[in-house]
Amino acid sequence: MATQTGETAATSKRSFLRADAAQKLLAFSALIIIFIFFSLASPFFRTPDNVSSILVATAVNGVLALGVTFVIITAGIDLSVGTVMTLSAVMTGVAVTNRGLPIPVGIIVGLLTGTTAGLISGLMIARMKIPPFIATLGMMMIARGLSLVISDVKPIYFNDTPVFREIMMGSVVGALIPGLSVPNAVFILFGAALVAAFILGKTVLGRYAVAIGSNEEATRLSGVNVANWLTAVYALGGAFSGLAGVMIASRLNSAQPALGIGYELEAIAAVVIGGTSLSGGEGTILGTVIGALIISTLTNGLRILSVPQEWQMVITGVIVVLAVYIDIIRRRGK
Amino acid sequence: MSDYLVKMQGIDKSFPGVRALDEARFDLRTGEVHALVGENGAGKSTLMKILSGIYRMDAGQIILKDNEVEIPSPRAAQDLGISMIHQEINLMNHLTLAQNVYIGREPRGVVRFMLDENKLNAQTKELFASMRLNLDPRTKAADLTVAKQQMVEIAKALSFNSQVLIMDEPTAALTEAEIDELFRIIRELRNKGVGIVYISHRLEELKQISDRITVMRDGRTIDTVDAQTCSIDQIISMMVGRTIFEAAPEIPEKPSQDIALEVRNLNRGDVIRDVSFQLKKGEILGFAGLMGAGRTEVARAVFGADPVDSGEFFVNGELVQIKSPKDAVAHGIGYLSEDRKRYGLALGMDVEENIALAGFSKFLGRLGTVNQTAIRDTATHYVDTLQIKTPSVEQRVRNLSGGNQQKVVIGKWLTADTEILIFDEPTRGIDVGAKSEIYHLLNDLAQQGKSIIMISSELPEILRMSHRIVVMCEGRITGELSSADATQEEIMRYATQRRVLVSANGEPTNDQGIEQNGVG
Repeated sequence: MATQTGETAATSKRSFLRADAAQKLLAFSALIIIFIFFSLASPFFRTPDNVSSILVATAVNGVLALGVTFVIITAGIDLSVGTVMTLSAVMTGVAVTNRGLPIPVGIIVGLLTGTTAGLISGLMIARMKIPPFIATLGMMMIARGLSLVISDVKPIYFNDTPVFREIMMGSVVGALIPGLSVPNAVFILFGAALVAAFILGKTVLGRYAVAIGSNEEATRLSGVNVANWLTAVYALGGAFSGLAGVMIASRLNSAQPALGIGYELEAIAAVVIGGTSLSGGEGTILGTVIGALIISTLTNGLRILSVPQEWQMVITGVIVVLAVYIDIIRRRGK
Repeated sequence: MSDYLVKMQGIDKSFPGVRALDEARFDLRTGEVHALVGENGAGKSTLMKILSGIYRMDAGQIILKDNEVEIPSPRAAQDLGISMIHQEINLMNHLTLAQNVYIGREPRGVVRFMLDENKLNAQTKELFASMRLNLDPRTKAADLTVAKQQMVEIAKALSFNSQVLIMDEPTAALTEAEIDELFRIIRELRNKGVGIVYISHRLEELKQISDRITVMRDGRTIDTVDAQTCSIDQIISMMVGRTIFEAAPEIPEKPSQDIALEVRNLNRGDVIRDVSFQLKKGEILGFAGLMGAGRTEVARAVFGADPVDSGEFFVNGELVQIKSPKDAVAHGIGYLSEDRKRYGLALGMDVEENIALAGFSKFLGRLGTVNQTAIRDTATHYVDTLQIKTPSVEQRVRNLSGGNQQKVVIGKWLTADTEILIFDEPTRGIDVGAKSEIYHLLNDLAQQGKSIIMISSELPEILRMSHRIVVMCEGRITGELSSADATQEEIMRYATQRRVLVSANGEPTNDQGIEQNGVG
């Protein structure tokens, strides 16, 4: 029956034009409003130090969300990004601390770990035809288990390599321009976002991600090797998880094998708040970055106002539902 | 070199439970339009999907310009110069036209991984210009009318320098003017030496456009005939394997004067404007008009599927609230969508489950358990009375032909004790034989006292079936005719009675964009 699609082609087409822009604007205004609200509520909130810490807190989730954006644009889902991040962190720890390999090698190990996990998820989805939800749920548990096995359930510290921590928390800019000590984490996030935006907007991979999410069958009939590109999208998502793994290891100065559960949902939330459609075909990197910023600004602000952590979760949940609901209303036309 | 572009011989193909093709054959010459006709399930689409690499054949031979070829994928077909334009529009709505046309073959930038969007747009513009298509390559596909989308699909097919172009029911969703435009393009292509396979159910079109006609039935090729010398009656009899004569109008007996449904002052934005009408018990009320006239919107409003701004509904004289399909069903109103596969059926479920779906509460026991025996009995009953051709009530609906799927939907609504049935394009995509069965069925239902609204874009169908005809244009009812004095010309006159011609920006205001083209 026709109940869910209670709209005519006419209204959907007209509102469609404005869909991307409107959601971005909406998310952006929401971010501004949240920021103004907390600034008024607490003078500490708008201090440069706090703003910087919001940005640092956004970095890891933001990078995870970038990867998830591609996956969701194909109308898929990736539940494994959080634990894959952890596995990548652990592998970096093994390489750098246990094996004493140079830090750049450790970073590459982390990135490759993430990419491999994504590649495997992608193969399960595109070749074995396992639904993305199930395939990545499996990968989520596999990565979590492997993290615990490899680390022997103990954190791996980077105490022998103090430089490692500087990757995130140091400030290259601060060294060059004294007084402007913005942590590297912020630049890594925005750098990763630029790369992601480039891939999505200017490369074949981005184009096919949108095409697959828009109409997978039509894309296949156009002679595009959908299976390969879909696999590549998940591998790309995995690469971003690998990057996030290196980032979180650096930030915590350790690889914490028990970490990771819950990160995937927060990443998905950021993507959705940013206006990427779960039914595929549309989404923007800028939206995702704004979405991630909204979540961390909210978390930070609520903590400053001494709202208990439990309630912070409740509020974040409400925001996610609201964001999607607003999107649905807007799509419905009037 | 022989004068055949393509020769297909001894093609076999089976799907689970169905033998789709049985030693089928087909050939195509350069520079001809070769029509492929047959009832639904005759194997036309399957045969062409094999030629375009979507299905693999079980046995047989495909010869392309004297060489035997393997066509394992759509990509391989394209590389051989074979393109297929599918019945459903296969564009990616979120991409621009240029991105759609060259998907998979985008011009690349300096680095191979990068796209060259400017070149892509320029290339597409050139392609459109060569077809005399006035479209901006940067428009999103979702913003085009169905007809324009189809033109884009053709452009896409041509961009492969196709030698063989297969069109599966290209005119199913087009108006007369749009069909003329399509035919112009087809003729131009033919003159350039392209071989065109034209699958259609509209036999009247074939004489206009095709050179030869091949008829298929039950997975076999019956015969190939010259389009100019063969009569439509001959073609039909080959299709159905028996001679049927297109009967003269068989308008059922006059309905009673009791009013089953009355709609007063229905409004919804600019798609439904002040629509009022009455439907009598046992009447077939035809809704005529061009695509986008608002007929489907009225039907969906009456069925509670879309919210309305204002309007009153009376069922059997009583004012009722219809805010959702559930309300409509409760008042005995059923809606049979033009898009059966999307809205009418759960394709993956079997016949009996589909038949039980709308009246499901009937089959529930006191504890909420499902009475499977009752479902089976009901389903079997309707399979018999509606003559649904299916191996069993446990057959998946997906595997039935279009006409039989339509009958399953009818069975579903009858099970739900529906008194008012709204048929939206009941015979779209249904072949001639099954069409007349559907007509008989509609007549029978009306005789039994069911009240029927029939939306149809085929004027002969409207004229043949309806007691009364309501004509819509731009959301308004512009005319009401009794079957006695209705003619095609009269209906068309009302169907084109426009008030707003074009909006300020020169674009049509509704989604179908018919206004630009007028009526042929």
